[in-house]
Amino acid sequence: MERVIQFENIGLRYGADAEVLRDINFSLSAGGFYFLTGASGAGKTSLLKLLYLAQRPTRGVLRLFGEDVVMMHRGRLPGFRRRIGVVFQDFRLVPHLSAFDNIALPLRVAGIEEKDIAGPVEEMLAWVGLGGREGALPASLSGGEQQRIAIARAVIGRPDILVADEPTGNVDAEMAKRLIALFEALNRLGTTIVIATHDLPLIGQIAHAQMMRLDKGRLIDPTGALRFPPASPARDDRAGLPLGKPQ
Amino acid sequence: MTSARSSRAARNRWLPEGRRGPMPWIIGIMMFLTVLSAACALGLGHALTRLRGDLAGGYTIQIVEANAAKRMQAVRGISAYLDSARGVRTYKVVPEAQMLAQLAPWLGEDARADELPIPALIDLSLRPAAGSARVTQIEQAVKRILPSARIDAHQGYLAPVEGLMRTLMWLAGGLVALMLLMTGAVVVLAANSAHAAHRGTIDIIHMLGATDLQLARLFQRRIALDAALGAMAGTVSAAALLWLLDSNLHVSQSELAGLIRLPWRSVAILFGLPLFAVLVAALTARITVMRALERNL
Ligand SMILES: Nc1ncnc2c1ncn2[C@@H]1O[C@H](COP(=O)(O)OP(=O)(O)OP(=O)(O)O)[C@@H](O)[C@H]1O
Ligand SMILES: [Mg+2]
Repeated sequence: MERVIQFENIGLRYGADAEVLRDINFSLSAGGFYFLTGASGAGKTSLLKLLYLAQRPTRGVLRLFGEDVVMMHRGRLPGFRRRIGVVFQDFRLVPHLSAFDNIALPLRVAGIEEKDIAGPVEEMLAWVGLGGREGALPASLSGGEQQRIAIARAVIGRPDILVADEPTGNVDAEMAKRLIALFEALNRLGTTIVIATHDLPLIGQIAHAQMMRLDKGRLIDPTGALRFPPASPARDDRAGLPLGKPQ
Repeated sequence: MTSARSSRAARNRWLPEGRRGPMPWIIGIMMFLTVLSAACALGLGHALTRLRGDLAGGYTIQIVEANAAKRMQAVRGISAYLDSARGVRTYKVVPEAQMLAQLAPWLGEDARADELPIPALIDLSLRPAAGSARVTQIEQAVKRILPSARIDAHQGYLAPVEGLMRTLMWLAGGLVALMLLMTGAVVVLAANSAHAAHRGTIDIIHMLGATDLQLARLFQRRIALDAALGAMAGTVSAAALLWLLDSNLHVSQSELAGLIRLPWRSVAILFGLPLFAVLVAALTARITVMRALERNL
């Protein structure tokens, strides 16, 4: 199976501090579903930052889609970023843009024509339970609502890799399930999913997911072999997912 | 077409609208001064060429001889020579009456030629092709007829004024260059502060895969718009002032007016200046923001 993400002896330090990530070695298969767990401060966000190209590792080799992105000229990085959807831990919505425009942003950055934008955006809004709120500014939305906008924005471009940092931290259990189902639908379309979370019941929802655990900057179980027993069988509500339709 | 426009409109909203800064004002004032300086430089340059053109090929032969009879004889001799000399376009002996009329303010109304040793003057116009060698030949021939005769080039009269005009012209041209440089500097400051102000938004859009060029264009467009606004206001004000000056000069019937009046080519340059300034502003904004963005991953 194709390896879309490869970490080889990756180390990361911020400034002159001690390394927050040490000797990270793993590789993830295309189409896989992965959870990343670990205590607060273990380095989950730091690892994801490397993955979504917000940070270069201080040592080691990082390959995305088979290409070394550490030595890569920065002019080529935007092309890679467009293939990676990100749900930031702090959402990072653009404050002066409406919910609609925030979700539409990746499509507009990619140069999608305006007539092909409204449909998918409305559909995503409905899916994350915010239909009718397209005009709302982030500041007028609750934390959970903002998080759902952030997820819609990460998912709308049907990226090859989806990276989500605590994507269900601010929503209730019911909505968390719904969002996980959305990620699963995306996964079935071929997107590799990497989710950092503390939410262990959530992990149990995905039968075929694999888990990686970070402890003080080191990866425990680097093979990702630890599998969770299937917790819930495939549900019928997946049939109506927006991502099931070809774009 | 519609979708291209609407997607452009959508892109323009990536950055918050915000208030217009002092940029248009600064650019406006600088453009006003630039256009005035440029008009000055072009006007002086134009006046110089015209003066030189008017005076080119013009000479005056002075025949200074106290004895009226000898003087007349010399004038006749030189005239005879000039009739046949090569390179001479026209010549004209300045009538004594005209000389006296011109000298009247100094000599008194009733001054008479036979009482005063007035020099005789011959206005000589040479063909444009006649070089300095020809002039020397003519001078030598004239001196053979009357050794004390002198020949003066009209362009020589211009020399002291010409130096001054030339200096002023370069000064004005230098001011134009400095002003355009300043425009660039102001834009660098404005672009850097705009980038700093919108850093958060830029970082997010950057993370969604926007290229440096896409992001730089957001600023470039905005700053070019500000610059265009200022440049237009500055140019219109300067043009209005120049027009006012021009019509005043005309009312006073000064010969200067015709001399300073700019040919259409210079006017085109003047109106090209704001366009150039906007171009400089847009380009500077793009380069400045691109450089700032390059400091990120
Ligand atoms: N920009 C930064 N500069 C300096 N140190 C940082 C920076 N970001 C993170 N760190 C440090 O790196 C370590 C790992 O942080 P990180 O955010 O990756 O943890 P985390 O596992 O995501 O935690 P949480 O579960 O609370 O989100 C922490 O000790 C943190 O202080
Ligand atoms: Mg974190």
